[in-house]
Amino acid sequence: MKKTWLSVAMAAAVMAAMPFAAMAEEGEATAVTTVGPEDGTHFEMWSFVDAHNEFYGKMVELWNEQNPDKQLNVTFSTYPYSDMHNKLMMSLQAGSGAPDMCDVEIGQFPNYTGDDTPLYALNDALAPYEADCVTSRLDVYSKADGTRIGVPTHVGASVMYWNAELLESYGLDYKSVKTWDDYTALGEQLKEASNGEVFLTSVDTGGVDWMWIAMAEYGDDWTGGPDGEPNVELDSVKKMMTMQKQWLDDGIAMISTDGHIDLEAGFKNVSEGKVASFPKAMWYMSRFTNYMPEMEGKYDITTIPVFEEGQKYSVGIGGTGTVVTEQSADPALAAEFLAWAKLSKEGESYIWSVLGFDVCNSALWFDDEFAFDESNQYNTFFRCKPYEVLQQIANDDAIGTIYSTKVSPTLNDYMCTTTLNEVFEDGMDIDEALAECQEYLEMELM
Amino acid sequence: MQKFKKLFYSQKVAPFVFVLPFVLSLLIFWAYPLISGIVMSFQDISFGNRTFVGTSHYVKLANDKFFRTAVLNSVEYMALTLLLMIPIPLVLAVMMESRLTKAKGVWKVIMYIPALTSVVISGMLFRMMFSESDGSQMNQLMIALGHTPIAWLKTKWTAWIALLLLCMWRWTGVNMLYFVSGLKAIDNSIYESADIDGANARQKFWYLTLPLIKPTTIYVITISVYAGLSMFLESFMLWNGNSSPKNIGLTIVGYLYKRGIEKNDLGYACAVGMVLMVIALAINVVQLIATGTFKREES
Repeated sequence: MKKTWLSVAMAAAVMAAMPFAAMAEEGEATAVTTVGPEDGTHFEMWSFVDAHNEFYGKMVELWNEQNPDKQLNVTFSTYPYSDMHNKLMMSLQAGSGAPDMCDVEIGQFPNYTGDDTPLYALNDALAPYEADCVTSRLDVYSKADGTRIGVPTHVGASVMYWNAELLESYGLDYKSVKTWDDYTALGEQLKEASNGEVFLTSVDTGGVDWMWIAMAEYGDDWTGGPDGEPNVELDSVKKMMTMQKQWLDDGIAMISTDGHIDLEAGFKNVSEGKVASFPKAMWYMSRFTNYMPEMEGKYDITTIPVFEEGQKYSVGIGGTGTVVTEQSADPALAAEFLAWAKLSKEGESYIWSVLGFDVCNSALWFDDEFAFDESNQYNTFFRCKPYEVLQQIANDDAIGTIYSTKVSPTLNDYMCTTTLNEVFEDGMDIDEALAECQEYLEMELM
Repeated sequence: MQKFKKLFYSQKVAPFVFVLPFVLSLLIFWAYPLISGIVMSFQDISFGNRTFVGTSHYVKLANDKFFRTAVLNSVEYMALTLLLMIPIPLVLAVMMESRLTKAKGVWKVIMYIPALTSVVISGMLFRMMFSESDGSQMNQLMIALGHTPIAWLKTKWTAWIALLLLCMWRWTGVNMLYFVSGLKAIDNSIYESADIDGANARQKFWYLTLPLIKPTTIYVITISVYAGLSMFLESFMLWNGNSSPKNIGLTIVGYLYKRGIEKNDLGYACAVGMVLMVIALAINVVQLIATGTFKREES
């Protein structure tokens, strides 16, 4: 009998070890560098993007030049995306081992916005820059009570990308498109002119950007904001889905290969001219320079069409909030450095010229020397200067806010795995699909 | 000091010293996580705070349709892999042992190589092969056969072809080697006497090889059951993340990961893990009883 129990125990032991074995393949940091004099205040910093750490490294050097009395010595580690977020979560749960500063992707951020957040409040450090910043970007990295806990990197303003060369070759005028009705009409013309070979756009089943745009235009937010209840059965969302479904039925649009356009298959569709336009955040510009350099001079950027004139027409999508943990030895200094590095003119210049982002410090959008510098590759790659579009967005105050709340990960997950697929792939009724999603969210919040 | 030395050389103490590393690793890496996992499954866990919430995680699990999908997927995957990964490697192993097969070593190495590649890389390769774009290998094949391209990873049965192929490609060689070693242990004289009795090849396989290789088969089934139930990385790599359309690739461990790591709800994730453990234990205990493993040990 004893042996029986031993067998059961052994079998259980092996089984219990299986999930760990599955995770054992995760890697070590891909790059570790230390910047600054050894006698400076030492900080650890983690990121999941090598380019971000390079940027912070440059900013540490500059900071040390300008602040001889507050020398910094920072060790930067770059980990793969999920590794880094897992490590951060575990070290904060455990109460030790966390870095002083860390990048947190916006989709992961709601995990840290609870009342018992282990992150340091940045309100004092951000105060000098707050007036010049796009407030909605500071809000998305805040707790419900307004405590700021993350420094934004970019706005991620959504804009419309057009394959101008392709559309012109068919004699089509995309510049006069102002509303979604105009857009649909252009799609009909393109379908006719190209014999259905070129689609006006591609509809996402694995991303919610289009829905965000629709909500921003109508001033909705399906998360309900920091204090509200989630509601996905919104007219704005239904309108967008109905319109997209019609495009698919009419052969104006295709379904994005592999789910959305920010993937290898998407780059292929863009560079081969299979789709002629798509809405995406400003940061998609770097995808062109990195993955589709042959598109130089072919693409144009404009604002996104609206359902009704006078609506907002942009929304901040994606992003990284950099945080200071409570475990830091000198969180005030870390916070002061971070705010300066990411929001001062020095920092923003680097963010725009090297990383190619639309910066959060909107005062700089109107600084011609900053925005229209000819040596910046993004100013010469496209048929317009990206900051011209941003200036228009700023002048019209056209950026809407969609919050990231506790329900966001679940909501996005359900939309991208289930609802959008049911509607666009299986032809399920839109009201029914959204009601199903809503039901799931309510069950989740119990 | 003298006393200590005596103790150290004592024949009574020595065995305990020798088993100590195993006992310690069992306690630290198995018993402690298991017990703490059970406790955590009754708690809500946030940064530095734990509150007991009774059985509410389990009540929620019972109504969680994603969890139901995950359990169904994992059980289906396990069943299908058992159906494929026991007979095929067994037949291959018998072929490897046959006198008619040339260059056995070469075949074995070729069959085993996929097991050495990382799941991350093979998953990526399969993702590209089964991509829905016209240029992917599988769609090129479809076009050559006069079929329209298929969105392989968006419907369940086509996606599962990819998932099962990935599994077979990776593990056939390993299971085959288990069976080969099992076959090697069978005494050749048994076959010789069967020859004298006039048994044909089919009869020899059915009445000699299969019963004699049973211990190996039981072992392979046992490891395949929990490998199947705890499958995660294959699906994670095939869909480039933990989200697949309509959750056709969601597994129990995938759901555990989603809850515990992606959504910072470790308490709930622990409840998921407990259910996985119970299911896997139940299936294996039933299987071991049915195959008479316990009986033989006790006699």
